[in-house]
Amino acid sequence: MADKPSDAEILEGLSEIVEEVAGVSPDDVTADKSFVDDLDIDSLSMVEIAVQAEDRFGVKIPDDELANLKTVGDAVTYVSSHA
Amino acid sequence: MSNVDVVVTGLGATTPLGGDVTSTWDALLAGENGIRRNDNEWVEKYDLPARLAAPLAVEPTDVLPRVQARRLDRCEQVALIAAREAWADAGFDLPSDGSEPVDPDRLGVSIGTGVGGPLTLLGQDDLLEQQGLRKVSPLTVPMLMPNGPAAHVGIELRARAGVHSPASACASGAEGIATAWQMIQNGRADVVVAGGAEACIHPITVAGFCQSRTLSTRNDAPDRASRPFDTDRDGFVLGEGAGVLVLERADHAIARGARIYGRVAGYGMTSDAYHITGNHPEGLGQVKAIENAVRVAGLTAADIGHVNAHATSTVVGDVGEAAAIRKAIGDHPVLTAPKSAIGHLVGGAGAVESIFTLLSLYYGVIPATRNLENLDPRVELDVVTGQPRKVEITAAVNDSFGFGGHNVALVFTTA
Repeated sequence: MADKPSDAEILEGLSEIVEEVAGVSPDDVTADKSFVDDLDIDSLSMVEIAVQAEDRFGVKIPDDELANLKTVGDAVTYVSSHA
Repeated sequence: MSNVDVVVTGLGATTPLGGDVTSTWDALLAGENGIRRNDNEWVEKYDLPARLAAPLAVEPTDVLPRVQARRLDRCEQVALIAAREAWADAGFDLPSDGSEPVDPDRLGVSIGTGVGGPLTLLGQDDLLEQQGLRKVSPLTVPMLMPNGPAAHVGIELRARAGVHSPASACASGAEGIATAWQMIQNGRADVVVAGGAEACIHPITVAGFCQSRTLSTRNDAPDRASRPFDTDRDGFVLGEGAGVLVLERADHAIARGARIYGRVAGYGMTSDAYHITGNHPEGLGQVKAIENAVRVAGLTAADIGHVNAHATSTVVGDVGEAAAIRKAIGDHPVLTAPKSAIGHLVGGAGAVESIFTLLSLYYGVIPATRNLENLDPRVELDVVTGQPRKVEITAAVNDSFGFGGHNVALVFTTA
């Protein structure tokens, strides 16, 4: 088992996924940003992002948890506490 | 007769001959060939007897932004590329907040496709089989649905007068134009973005066409494989691409000073009610479609100087169409068969070939039919070969016929 990733590593990984799926510049993917309101990511892309994040960080993100991940920071916290 | 003058003010296409209308038209006039040997590994894997295809000259992913491209089926990609070109060609800017070049409630879309998004359907099915549910894209359904191309164009251009996606196999693109014309006739819209799109070169479609014995197997000579009206024709070549036209109320176009390519003067649409793939032996549906189109246009057969033929290079189809043209119009129109150069674009065919028909009227020149070395004696019509022919014509017909017995004839006239 790899070492648990730091929050900075999780943020970096998430920003790469968000760029791949939605074309958002990694510089814009910061903890305070809302996926929907700030980064203009729709519900379909959020599903793709969640699946890629699960693979990358070895976590499970059930649908009812995904609905609570409003900001990038929410996602970092969730991954950090479940990785 | 029609009551409302409908004109064409914008053209867009991406085809096996070029990534836009100008490059496609120039290549067609130059006699270039868009048909290639199909070297996909699956041709060998399944030992497919037909090893030819007419792929796009320009890959859509070289044109579209990466993230947009990954959210679109290839069929949707080509429709959007052609629509953007047609829209800009008509002199419109893309809508933005506070700027809508056409009132959205008066703007429609009518873009047909033969089979929609089989590349997505089958690709995602492979993922489901091999890697399970998690790997299936949440965009699977919007990418495979046959109304996807029209819907994406409607969203981009903010069309709220209705988005339609006729499906009549190889007549879909022509039916897209006919439906658009009808929308303007009955007052639903002032501008309709219309046409057809297809991108279905996949092992299963090619295998299916192989099994119905409709494809050319002249595998060693791609540049000679598609030969409509020639005695040695042996089937069609599957192509991909899209054509989109901006149809507009004439007074709307004139008021804004738009360049007008010509008029859509009328259409005829009939169905054979005979056989799911075979032509009616007497071509009754084809004859009636052409006759109706000429009548609706307020013309007589003598007015039709040119027919851009459906002619796919199949043994039975080409002579049947020739007989229908002779019966409906006579032996005076000058023909050409563009599938000799671009292959068969299925749902894109009627739209791309309608663009060619309009350009023939606009420029007074009919492109030559490639590979027509020995005219089938049953054709008994004047088909342009060798070099493009300069003509003075004011009215022309584009024929499109599809599996299912769909017959669509469109009449275009000079402005």
